[in-house]
Amino acid sequence: MIKTRLASILKYTFLFAVALISIFPLLWMFISATNTSGDVLGGRLLPGTNLVANYQALIARAEVGQALWNSFRNAIVATIASLAVCSIAGYGFEVYHDRGKDFLMRVLLLSMMIPFAAIMIPLFMMVGRLNLLSTTTAFVLPTLATAFLIFLFRQSARYFPKDIIESSRLDGLSELGIFLRMYIPVMRSTYATAGIITFMAAWNNYLWPLIIMQNAESRTMPLLLSNLVAGYVTDYGLLMLAISISVLPTVIIFLLLQRSFAEGIVVSVK
Amino acid sequence: MVVKARSNLRLETRQSVIGWAFVIPAALLIFVFYFYPIARALVLSFQTGIGANMQFAGLANYRRLLSDNVFKTSLVNVLTFLALQVPVMLTLALALAYMLHDKRLRFRAFFRTAIFLPCATSLVSYSLIFRSMFSLDGFVNALLINLDLITQPINWLANPWTAKIVIVLALTWRWTGYNMIFYLAALQNIDSSIFEAAVIDGAGALSRFFRIAVPMLKPIILLTAIISTNGTLQLFDETYNITNGGPANATISISQYIYRLSFQYSPRFSYAAAISFVVFVLVAVLAMIQMKVGDER
Repeated sequence: MIKTRLASILKYTFLFAVALISIFPLLWMFISATNTSGDVLGGRLLPGTNLVANYQALIARAEVGQALWNSFRNAIVATIASLAVCSIAGYGFEVYHDRGKDFLMRVLLLSMMIPFAAIMIPLFMMVGRLNLLSTTTAFVLPTLATAFLIFLFRQSARYFPKDIIESSRLDGLSELGIFLRMYIPVMRSTYATAGIITFMAAWNNYLWPLIIMQNAESRTMPLLLSNLVAGYVTDYGLLMLAISISVLPTVIIFLLLQRSFAEGIVVSVK
Repeated sequence: MVVKARSNLRLETRQSVIGWAFVIPAALLIFVFYFYPIARALVLSFQTGIGANMQFAGLANYRRLLSDNVFKTSLVNVLTFLALQVPVMLTLALALAYMLHDKRLRFRAFFRTAIFLPCATSLVSYSLIFRSMFSLDGFVNALLINLDLITQPINWLANPWTAKIVIVLALTWRWTGYNMIFYLAALQNIDSSIFEAAVIDGAGALSRFFRIAVPMLKPIILLTAIISTNGTLQLFDETYNITNGGPANATISISQYIYRLSFQYSPRFSYAAAISFVVFVLVAVLAMIQMKVGDER
């Protein structure tokens, strides 16, 4: 009995410690956004009164509004475009599957083995030749279609009742009509999951925009953050405020839609 | 009868064609933005020169790799991160998932959300947070001095080994919850009656963990190992933003070296392409080894 009590105490202590470590850096970031650089370095853990000053210093130094808008626009375009392209393909691979399409799907899945680092130079050269440097189009193109999303929608199409397809055909709905009016509304949760993953990935994407966004006006939020520590002296209050602004949207999405978020991660398990 | 069969056949052909029309755009995009570039990287790696003046150079780029110390350092760094970080993180994630799987656990939703939360931060953001916390006059040193654990601040990011440790800590912080989610989902798929039967047979929590959970989760452990290996081999955002590869290349990753060769000094695309191709082969081979090992056991 004492042994189990002890084990239980140890377990809860461990879990609370892990939870604290997981939350702490973010908490520290939000608190530090309200403190002066000196207080941040001194290890102050209470909210301060320097938030407004940090904000003014930040907007004087960097085009935060522009970068936020760029990040937002790129991520929205990327999400809508790739959901459209990948969902219809995933649906097509499942509903009309035959030997040829099954084979093609297996070939496409091989693309998941190709690391971005291995193709970034040819991609950069392609985008350069098309005169698309510093554009949203260039940002979106390489991840417009991903084997992962196609696979996700193909899996969800597997659970789409065949009866609905048959009866819609009898009602005279076209094949495209069935996809648009039957599949999409039924599969809202799959779209939500896929949308969150794609939006987060695009919002957080760093290496690709680092290469292609070559003028200051096209810079996204992660690039702006990274530039804030480039100088010799870093203003930590200002930096933490900038990071907070960039992290806040994804943390809110995460807290509101945690279930879809987790689902998106584990589709490959089932 | 014959007419009906024929019209059925025509209907099937029609549907198959429509199916192709649905899948072709996405398939084309993947060929253009994955398969073509990897083939292009291979061709490029056998060439030398700049812009329109490319010449066939045989294996020159690959020969140069063998005597390139920065490349070797970056490879060793990445493998060091892999060896130090991935086993610890996956074990931790598995243990946490096993504890959180227990429906009687109190504060279960809180623990889950808290441990999963780091996944909501972008790689650049959390890298900069860790960089700030571990700077010479940063929070971690202030804390350790206040607790009387050290008297002099540690220059974490300026010493080769402590810099590596900071990268490993940062990676573990960001990705443990992510892997835990995989294990939690997989544990839910295990029939709970198996665990109940084990309890009746007198198996303790630890032996249920090692005898039931771990063997049954083997496929998913393998999957997460592959994902982590793949991610570590391609590491960029963290080393670039926490240490910028320093001190003296002690934390430079392969991706960062490729980036440096291509975009920071005078561009050497063909040589960088050779390194790119090595990364591709490494990722493919390691994934295959892990699959093979998973099959045998």
